[in-house]
Amino acid sequence: MFSRDAWKEIFEAIGKNKLRTFLTGFTVALGILIFVTLFGMGNGLNNTFEKFFGDDATNILRLFPSQTTIPYGGYKAKRQIEFENGDLEDIEKNFTALIDYITPRISRNALVTYKEESDNYNTRAVAPGHQFAEKTIIMKGRYINETDLAEKAKYAVIGRLVEIDLFDDDDAMGKYIDIGGSAFKVVGVFQDDGGDNEERYIYIPYTTRQLLEGNNDKVDQIIVAFNQSIGYAGALQFETKLDEFMRKKKVISPEDPRGIFIQNVADDLKRNQQFAGALQLIISGIAFAVIISGVIGISNIMLFVVKERTKEIGIRKAMGATPRKITGTIMFESIFITAIFGFLGMILGIVILNIIQGETLEENYFITNPAINTGTAVFVTILLIVCGAIAAYVPARRAARIKPIVALRDE
Amino acid sequence: MIEIKDLHKSYQMGSNSLHVLKGINLSVEDGELVAIMGSSGSGKSTLLNILGMLDGADSGEYILDGVPIKNLSETKAAQYRNKFLGFIFQSFNLINYKNALENVALPLYYQRMPRKQRQEKALKYLEQVGLKEWAHHLPSELSGGQKQRVAIARAMAAEPKVLLADELTGALDSVTSYEIMELIQKINDQGNTILVVTHEDDIAHMCKRIVYLKDGIIEKDEKIEQVRAESYV
Repeated sequence: MFSRDAWKEIFEAIGKNKLRTFLTGFTVALGILIFVTLFGMGNGLNNTFEKFFGDDATNILRLFPSQTTIPYGGYKAKRQIEFENGDLEDIEKNFTALIDYITPRISRNALVTYKEESDNYNTRAVAPGHQFAEKTIIMKGRYINETDLAEKAKYAVIGRLVEIDLFDDDDAMGKYIDIGGSAFKVVGVFQDDGGDNEERYIYIPYTTRQLLEGNNDKVDQIIVAFNQSIGYAGALQFETKLDEFMRKKKVISPEDPRGIFIQNVADDLKRNQQFAGALQLIISGIAFAVIISGVIGISNIMLFVVKERTKEIGIRKAMGATPRKITGTIMFESIFITAIFGFLGMILGIVILNIIQGETLEENYFITNPAINTGTAVFVTILLIVCGAIAAYVPARRAARIKPIVALRDE
Repeated sequence: MIEIKDLHKSYQMGSNSLHVLKGINLSVEDGELVAIMGSSGSGKSTLLNILGMLDGADSGEYILDGVPIKNLSETKAAQYRNKFLGFIFQSFNLINYKNALENVALPLYYQRMPRKQRQEKALKYLEQVGLKEWAHHLPSELSGGQKQRVAIARAMAAEPKVLLADELTGALDSVTSYEIMELIQKINDQGNTILVVTHEDDIAHMCKRIVYLKDGIIEKDEKIEQVRAESYV
């Protein structure tokens, strides 16, 4: 069946029937092309979601204080809850086994100056554990350490872009910058995968911030990293226990929707992943529908091809072509065309994905690195070829069964 | 060469059954040139189609070159057609996207003959019908007579036992018809068995025997004095 003659017959039939070949090929190529691009875009959406969350640790609970809304334990409503250093210690003491690390965060905007250059930056007063919570990557020097906390040192770790903004090409390490009126020594420069904004922060020891604000012990926010071995269910349980503990400590009604709020990053991540997954599922559904319509297209064309060639089939049968030979020729022709154009469409789709990917797509349409797994693309192409072959087989077999006399009469 | 005994064939036309062949008995010897004559509806084309294994009979016996032709599978029928029979049709039935040479070589392709040999042989037969120079032309570039010559070359290429011609001059003018018949007589002179279905009297008289068919039975079967086609040309 794979003899040179068989191939020659097929090439001849393809070459002499260009419109038909083009129509079949076009349907197939378009089907695969749309599938590959759509599927790639779906992957791109997924990538964006992952990127949003990928730059932070996911084993994180964030505790935010707020005003109470329900009078409780002798206190009136509308009481502003505040966190203190003591809360950090108590949480650590009570949940030692569950906690990886704990860090406060005090965010302040400050005018930062170095020589002639100055700009407003967000400073974050933190403990060493914060580095892991934000997945901060140290490029030069070091992060805030325990000694800095104990000494309330005026040390700062600045973002990569802060260094570029203020120091141009100079090295910031060891230089002094003015943060809101106090001189801080730059002990480290960091980068972050979370984008430009993330690289414009300045980290300082939280004890130093408290010292500057009248030696208080208030913290804005508490970030608790739980031990990842407790799993997702364990994290939810821990969240509930922590909530109970803090409400008791701060005398907040268990029914109060406010007063204290705990954000579970893992929970958010899961929800967003589900959303992205659902989107991907919808897109895959559409993409597969395209493939199916492609298969229907091939079936239609093959039906037409067989009808159109009925007379030729009759002639061939009169000349001694066996039914197998007839079926074989028609099917090989179909498989050959679908294979060539299928892979053409696949490659074109991949090329298009490569061309469209970039900043614009990422910023305007939330599609990051749209790409399709080569395995998936090849699988779908082969699937279409197989379906095309099956679609061709039915009319081909019918053609092979036509009595030659009927076929010859066909005008 | 051909032995037919009590052959019946009917066609289903809606709810009616049309009895076309009502018991045909015919025997054709090796090297004969037989005309099957009859008006339209006499069953002559049906008879030829059954002889050509293009259609099956309902009952009766058909023996071709000692081989009983009965209940053949499609594959077997195809092989027998290829081995025993050559067809010449009224409407030529050339494959329009193949050139003359490729059309003639087609039965040889189904005999699994190697390509080179196939082309040599096809060219030899094209030469015999006087169309060697037209080997690489498409059917659309040939005249009716030339097309029929290509079809004859194609029928002969597989070197079959019997040539079956169905109204082979039906689509041609009389001069061309006689030229084609001259060719047929020449082929017959070489010892080939040929059956010609026609409703034209002059064409029939260029054969050596005429079988008259009427309403599905053989009305008359007589050997005649052959009129040579070249006497008209």
